[in-house]
Amino acid sequence: MAKQERKREKKREADKKEDQVAANAEVLEKGKKIKEDLDKLMDEIDDVLEENAEEFVKNYVQKGGQ
Amino acid sequence: MIRRILGTETEFGVAAKDPDTLDPVSNSILLVNSYPNVPSPQALWDYENENPLLDARGFEADGERERPGPEYNRLLNKVLANGGRLYVDGAHPEYSTPECTGAHDLLAYEKAGERIMDLSREMASRIKRGQDRFSVYKNNTDGKGNSYGYHENYLVGREVPFERLVAHLIPFLVTRQIYAGAGKVGAENKTEHVPYQISQRADFFEVLVDLNTMVKRPIINTRDEPHSDPARYRRLHVIVGDSNMSEISTVLKVGAAALVLAMLEEGVEVSVTLENPVHAIKAISRDVTLKQPIKLSNGKELTAIEIQRIYLESAEKHFSNTGADPGVADILSRWRSVLDRLAQEPMQLSRELDWVIKKELLESYMARKGCDWTDARIAMMDLQYHDIRSDKGLYYALERGGYVDRVLDPEEINRAIENPPPDTRAYFRGMCIKKFPKEVYAASWTSVLFDVGNTSIKKIALLDPLRGTRELVGPLLEGSSTVEELLANIAA
Repeated sequence: MAKQERKREKKREADKKEDQVAANAEVLEKGKKIKEDLDKLMDEIDDVLEENAEEFVKNYVQKGGQ
Repeated sequence: MIRRILGTETEFGVAAKDPDTLDPVSNSILLVNSYPNVPSPQALWDYENENPLLDARGFEADGERERPGPEYNRLLNKVLANGGRLYVDGAHPEYSTPECTGAHDLLAYEKAGERIMDLSREMASRIKRGQDRFSVYKNNTDGKGNSYGYHENYLVGREVPFERLVAHLIPFLVTRQIYAGAGKVGAENKTEHVPYQISQRADFFEVLVDLNTMVKRPIINTRDEPHSDPARYRRLHVIVGDSNMSEISTVLKVGAAALVLAMLEEGVEVSVTLENPVHAIKAISRDVTLKQPIKLSNGKELTAIEIQRIYLESAEKHFSNTGADPGVADILSRWRSVLDRLAQEPMQLSRELDWVIKKELLESYMARKGCDWTDARIAMMDLQYHDIRSDKGLYYALERGGYVDRVLDPEEINRAIENPPPDTRAYFRGMCIKKFPKEVYAASWTSVLFDVGNTSIKKIALLDPLRGTRELVGPLLEGSSTVEELLANIAA
């Protein structure tokens, strides 16, 4: 009886470890995906960013506002 | 059910690709007149009941009241089908939402205004040949010391003494930027340098209380123009906020303010007084850790988060007795959740609050491209975050990619472009414009005027913002197939 209990205990620990590994892999996968998405977003920003940012920002003057 | 009449005004910034062609006033007139869906292009804005020179402290300031002639009036003003107003204010195009009764509706109508402005921009670009002749920004500064406004309006019972409003609101308005700030690269208006700060507008507030909105801006504006019965109401004109792109920042900014005002009307005392609010608003804006304590007038010190918590906890206590209103419960739970997470680590809010979303975006970009806060691309991104074009605006790029959390169903914005809110006088104004576009001679917040070909113009007064609702006038409007019938039914 006690032996069986220990066996079950061991199995539970093994399951836990497996879950942990799976969870870590998931986190890694998620992290990789976020980084890829972010890279894509940064490239997208370069695509839409106004050309000649320096000139554009310099010319942006808004007087007469409340 | 807690209902408060509220609305916002957004002044947009405009960049013309060819800056030599037109001056800013002409650009603004062109933009406003390019909006294709104005039901009554001939309708005037009725200035009769307007006087922005009345001061809540009890006097009338000197100055010219605005009274443009009919042709210029038409050029400057468009009454919208949603009951709002698209117009030229000084050198900027501006949009006023119709009167709403809660923060969620207000958000839908404010976002509708961005879409209305964006369609104007698109059509104006066509008139001027070339795809994107104009870029339009929903922000508050050009980065060179020129600011333009975002004003909130809250109807408040006249019985609350103005001095009490001022005393209770200042600590709230100075500290709420921690969730309502739109983020800004650098400092302006001769203030202390900083690479990035929380608020767009904080640098521009120089005095505590005044009537001015364009120079020496005050934290509390004293304009006393209620657009309703002045014996019953005042309209609190809050000029100290930033324009927000984030739906969550917007709904929390307006929703929390509405709850604080409701508490004030109901006699709740919130006793916290800042030693120097004009200094504090800039210091808080410069502290992205949110850990720096602010001096109170009693010598103690609290952080901006702790000061906001005082208001939140008073509101939680006060509204726990008023029954379960879903709108109030939503604002209270958002407010608590945001403050809790800001206290742990502000960057956790990088999907929710403008200043954090923008900070994370700029820092990610700098890390990947190996540049710093002084790079021209960073200044460009700071501006383009607020670009209202769905394909070019950086906030909208994040929204499209699923990087930011939303409050609205997109369908709510579509509805708000063409339909007035059902539960304020904006319903009557908007429906008259939609149903009788040819006969509307003029309109304003407090009136609709009809020209039915007689010798006289018939004016319907809309002095009470909570009347003219679908419930009250829906059957009357439906039962009238002409303006003559409508006028007869109203008189009956």
